Amino acid sequence: MAVPSIIYNKTEEMNSASINIHLVPPKHPAVVPQLIFLLLLQVLLVLEAIMLRRSIAQARRCWLEIRQSRYLSTAPAPPELRRLHYPASSRSRRCQAGQETGQLSLAQINRMLKANEHSHILPRGPTSHGVLGFHSNTLPSNHPSEDRRSSATCLLGRGGVLFGVFDGHAGPSCAQAISQRLFYYFTVAMLPLRTLQELDRAVEEDRAVPPLLEWHKHPQDHSSPDGGAISFHSLRNYWQERLDEDDEEDNEDDGRVTSALMDAFRRLDYDVSVEAQVHLSLSSPRRVSIPGEGFSLSSPLRVALSGSTACVVHVSNGVLHVANLGDSRAVLGVQEEDGRWMALSLTNDHNAQNPEELQRILGEHPASERKTVVRHDRLLGLLLPFRAFGDVRFKWSPEMLSRLYDTRPDVLSAVSESVRTLPPHYLTPPYLSAQPEVTRHLMKPADKFLVLATDGLWELMHRQTVVQLVGNHVAGLQQQRPIVPSADTTLGCLQRLLLERRGRVQSVLEDQNAATHLLRHALGDDGYGSVDQNRLARMLSLPADLARSYRDDITITMVHLNDL
Amino acid sequence: MCSCVRSSRAMAPALLPRLLLPQMGFRLAGRGLWTSPQCLAVSGDSQLPPVPGQARVVICGGGIVGTSVAYHLAKLGWTDIVLLEQGRLGAGTTRLCAGILSMAKPISIESKMANYSSSLYQQLEEETGVKTGYVKTGSLCLAQNQDRFISLKRLATRLKVLGINCNIIKPKEIAKLHPLVNIHDLVGALHLPDDAVVSSPDVNHALAVAAARQGVQILDRTAVQQVVVEKGHVMAVETDRGSIECEYFVNCAGQWAYELGQASEVKVSVPLHGCEHFYLLTKPLQEPLAPNTPVIIDMDGRMYARPWQGGLLSGGFEKNPKPIFTEGRNQLEIQNMQEDWDHFEPMLSALLRRMPHIEMAEILQLVNCPESFTPDMRCLMGETPGVSGYYVLAGMNSSGLAFAGGAGKYLAEWMTYGYPTANVWPLDIKRFGNLQSSRTFLRHRVMEVMPLLYELKVPRWDFQTGRQLRTSPLYDRLDTQGARWMEKHGFERPKYFVPPGKDLLSLDQSKTFYKPDWFDIVGAEVKCCKEAVCVIDMSSFTKFELTSTGNQALELLQYLCANDLDVPVGHIVHTGMLNERGGYENDCSVVRLSKNSFFIISPTDQQVHCWSWIKKHMPNDPHLHLEDVSWKYTALNLIGPRAMDVLAELSYVSMTPEHFPSMFCKVRETSRSKAACCLFCALALMLPCLYLQEMSVGYANGIRVMSMTHTGEPGFMLYIPIEYALHVYNEVMSVGQKYGIRNAGYYALRSLRIEKFFAFWGQDLDTFTTPLECGREFRVKFDKDTNFLGREALLQQRQEGVFRRFVMLVLEDHDTELDLWPWWGEPVYRSGQLAGTTTSSAYSYTLERHVCLGFVSPPPGPEGLPTPITPDFINRGDYEVNIAGQRYPAKAKLYPFSSLFTQQKRRKEDMELSNLQGK
Repeated sequence: MAVPSIIYNKTEEMNSASINIHLVPPKHPAVVPQLIFLLLLQVLLVLEAIMLRRSIAQARRCWLEIRQSRYLSTAPAPPELRRLHYPASSRSRRCQAGQETGQLSLAQINRMLKANEHSHILPRGPTSHGVLGFHSNTLPSNHPSEDRRSSATCLLGRGGVLFGVFDGHAGPSCAQAISQRLFYYFTVAMLPLRTLQELDRAVEEDRAVPPLLEWHKHPQDHSSPDGGAISFHSLRNYWQERLDEDDEEDNEDDGRVTSALMDAFRRLDYDVSVEAQVHLSLSSPRRVSIPGEGFSLSSPLRVALSGSTACVVHVSNGVLHVANLGDSRAVLGVQEEDGRWMALSLTNDHNAQNPEELQRILGEHPASERKTVVRHDRLLGLLLPFRAFGDVRFKWSPEMLSRLYDTRPDVLSAVSESVRTLPPHYLTPPYLSAQPEVTRHLMKPADKFLVLATDGLWELMHRQTVVQLVGNHVAGLQQQRPIVPSADTTLGCLQRLLLERRGRVQSVLEDQNAATHLLRHALGDDGYGSVDQNRLARMLSLPADLARSYRDDITITMVHLNDL
Repeated sequence: MCSCVRSSRAMAPALLPRLLLPQMGFRLAGRGLWTSPQCLAVSGDSQLPPVPGQARVVICGGGIVGTSVAYHLAKLGWTDIVLLEQGRLGAGTTRLCAGILSMAKPISIESKMANYSSSLYQQLEEETGVKTGYVKTGSLCLAQNQDRFISLKRLATRLKVLGINCNIIKPKEIAKLHPLVNIHDLVGALHLPDDAVVSSPDVNHALAVAAARQGVQILDRTAVQQVVVEKGHVMAVETDRGSIECEYFVNCAGQWAYELGQASEVKVSVPLHGCEHFYLLTKPLQEPLAPNTPVIIDMDGRMYARPWQGGLLSGGFEKNPKPIFTEGRNQLEIQNMQEDWDHFEPMLSALLRRMPHIEMAEILQLVNCPESFTPDMRCLMGETPGVSGYYVLAGMNSSGLAFAGGAGKYLAEWMTYGYPTANVWPLDIKRFGNLQSSRTFLRHRVMEVMPLLYELKVPRWDFQTGRQLRTSPLYDRLDTQGARWMEKHGFERPKYFVPPGKDLLSLDQSKTFYKPDWFDIVGAEVKCCKEAVCVIDMSSFTKFELTSTGNQALELLQYLCANDLDVPVGHIVHTGMLNERGGYENDCSVVRLSKNSFFIISPTDQQVHCWSWIKKHMPNDPHLHLEDVSWKYTALNLIGPRAMDVLAELSYVSMTPEHFPSMFCKVRETSRSKAACCLFCALALMLPCLYLQEMSVGYANGIRVMSMTHTGEPGFMLYIPIEYALHVYNEVMSVGQKYGIRNAGYYALRSLRIEKFFAFWGQDLDTFTTPLECGREFRVKFDKDTNFLGREALLQQRQEGVFRRFVMLVLEDHDTELDLWPWWGEPVYRSGQLAGTTTSSAYSYTLERHVCLGFVSPPPGPEGLPTPITPDFINRGDYEVNIAGQRYPAKAKLYPFSSLFTQQKRRKEDMELSNLQGK
């Protein structure tokens, strides 16, 4: 199928002020066949489901599993949807009990903190691209958690290692979809055309396709089985369009990575939006009487209505590329020559605290909206991050949104309260973009690690503290510098010194995982750099409804770059 | 010695505790005493003396062990000895040794060596004029708990047998002997007044001086590169400065012995591995510690401490040792070893707990002194199995100083006479083979061995690391049925089977000198052996096949074995392989498979020793072939009165008593000669007829069935080609079900064989025990046509009389529940006088008493000559066995309880026939 190229141009989008499939800009005729295909696909699936008296979801799931396992990943997604493990499933009960009897025991605290921790050591060699390994952890506060994390090694092309944290809002759907799909988009954007051709031919001929990515997943990490069919199709469209562009720049320079990251972000957001529109056009409330369909977390509408920030790091051949969208951060831990730790931010927050970002937003809308575009540090008074995936209610035309509100009250009832109405002063959409800010950094021997975390961490802890803690932790994990007592040290003195060192090592080693170590300190910080067990216990035993006001979901990935 | 001075100067400030190497000693030792011209030449800095082209003996290693061997060889009259040292004399472990000379060692031969070393070092100063720093301090082994105290008491009884002065003392007395020791948490201690401290580099030096004076050429800075071997004999040694032709080579290379072994043309396995060992030196205390303050050994605290220059020297054997040199870095001298204070912290804490008052003492240095350890905590000594003339003495397990004198003496005797004057089998390098020489195995095992030096060792402890190397094909099957395992020569053997529902963990971890937890489990197994039928996997046995085209095989065996091997095909003969002195080199069962082929079954740990013994005496004849077939056969032992039924049902061979006049004689109609033989047996029931037959069991054909059980109980040994093992086992178990079959382990076997007075080689029998001493004269055929090894000695002994006798001691008035259990090595008293020691013991579930086996001998006559033993002496004495200081009355018996047996007349002999315990 020949699909004419789509050039998804942001400025044009802005100017046309609406993305409506019925109003496809003349420059993008390719969308039509693509959408027709999707439409047909949906119809077929529905028909099939009806004929076989099976639910749509079921039918689709089967289809997707086959696709996914065959084409996309080395580690096929587990068949059933796994929820993030909530260590304190009986948290509220325990909290009540805790208020009476005291606190969580140390063992309970550790169980909660370590439930989602994950670390992986990359085998040394060309495929590790200078990454020694990573430690990761996530602590939910929302129920279910809206944070997601991903890490994977690119297997084709020039390779590289990818890490990402995704902070969802208005539900986890978008973060979930992005965390699963973004790396594929990036891979497709990076792959040489010849490889893409082979890939496409293999799919066409129903042959086995070499895996693109090797995921490094915590067993409890979410993986959604639904939606894969559509997403695979969108992905395939994407690479077919790339093939049709036919003007591969052979420059293997790092500019390629930057543009690939940009492309992948924008294209994925565009696809999310388009899939939702297709879905919307197909599913009038009459037709969607199939129970549960509208509630499925991976329904394209729910993905598009919720939103997600993203902070993605690509490491390849000693070069770091960080693509950021929203208010997660990537901070580099640099050890200076005198051994002190320095925190180097590789990202800028996209929120009201960033004046440049504020200026950008204001500049993109008429002066008349100056007072309404950003209110109370929020976009249109509603959204904290100024850039995000999904969130179509800040992107679609008002007509489109009204149609959504009219036709699919069922979907809206499933998503959060705030989403159900048109944002106030919604005059010149889109207000939100998915254009990432890409930073490039040449790795130096002094760059020891990179901390990637959602705002949940950064609002509790300054980046310098974070780097200091991780630095000490990594140092503690590696062999302590041996001590050489001076000649007149007494045995008693030395014993005390050694015992103290032992104690210190043990407290550091209480968490083998640097991300858990950070979590513990972030939640239990007593203000003097130590962990106050009581505070930590209180923070962890907050009842579910209260937790969100004390702490956000926290997701941390620490990428170990160089040995100390 | 100038080089020594130089070396000490070079290293002293940083690494070497200067005072461990008093310069005085070296200077005094000086030029006048160092007689050998080669050694004088050493003092010239760059001019090294030429390497001689030829020597009788080349010793590699100038540490205390190498010099001791040279010294003793020279003393025994050897000339033409060359000692090579790659660096400088005593630059390895010897240089940094802590210098404690203690006789409290876990086995008697080691205590004996330490005892000899002590007296040697004591007189060395007088002999050579070199100061050795010998100070008789005595030593205190402390006990923090009752179990440790029991083990010290047991040690004390053993040391007293050897004539080593020692006492068990109370905490108060400890405080009197040592001013610094905190006694509040102590139960008691063992005091050895004759223990000493000594400066090991100085002893090393003194030995070198004495050796040089007797003509030993000592060449330092000469590294051995390769040992040239031709036709299994040492021919020459290649060094970096030329090669030396020689007859004998002695590998005393310490840390480097493993690599040196690998460097010979025919690789020699010297299984040892280095571990870092730390000790602390303090500056003199405010009130300097007297030089004769006793050495403190606090095993529960894992530390030791000795006085040193008014201060303390204290080290230990930590739980988490740091193995080193696994990759075999060829370090010339042990230099620049890192100090690791964090690692030392537990030992420092233990020291301060033991001596709180030295808190204010100032640190001088932490010394890191690598030591070499072996897989079983005992040193490696003797001629290597593969290369004749290649001797090894290494792997001292941090007791190099204490052992060097005695071990050097024994090795020198070994090289001179062909055997040492004491039973050194526990130290013989032939107890190991190639299977123990994997670096990974050694690394893992020494990490267990080093902490084990100070760990409490209770009866029947096993190593935990380096396991599951050799297993029977039934291993997994047995394991799932609850088998608990022990290891022998790398082979996993079942100890007993834990019935389902028992708490396994506590069973495995319990440590006691009293009644063990498995008592009832083993009891049930024994009962089943007596009343129904049990199956024991005994695959670990060493199995050889000796074949020839002519009658060479028979000739060889007739020469090696004391019994007559010229028996009809299919017969089993129990026989000892004796040495020239009539002592047991091996105790085995030999089956005549055909006219010219024999199947030899020996104990598990004889695999290397027996192989080399046979090889050594085997003529170089291409038509005579010895093959190790241990790996080809799985051995199942069917024990019990119903074994016959099980086997009959499995093989469709009628096994009713009418067909078998003797249970042990199986008539096969097809073979006339065998039938005739058995008929003979049947007629003359006096003679036991042990018989092997190949038959089919289940679907499997070619199973070698032998009518013996190694316990004296009725039953069979099945030797099964390994691929049939699982099938046969399954068949046996399913058919046996209706006869009440169950699995049993070696503990049950041990109880059965000891109550029937079966001796086994390696524990009861050794190279110094003759058949006459253990009542096995009937297995010696003096009148067979050919001469056999050891015949002369036995004839002479028969003439002169036997001076000691193997007896069975049944403990009376011993409460199994409450009293300490015997193990082995307990002194035996006759009418209040020390008469011998036990060699093994077990609880007899039939007698409901403990049975100890051991040797007793009458006190020497008036002129100090040994007195021949008489049955009267044995039967008429009041015997007592001393278990950890408590004496229990015992009945001594020369023959087992006949009432135990149903067919007593035949069994009386038979019980002594099956002897292969494999232990």
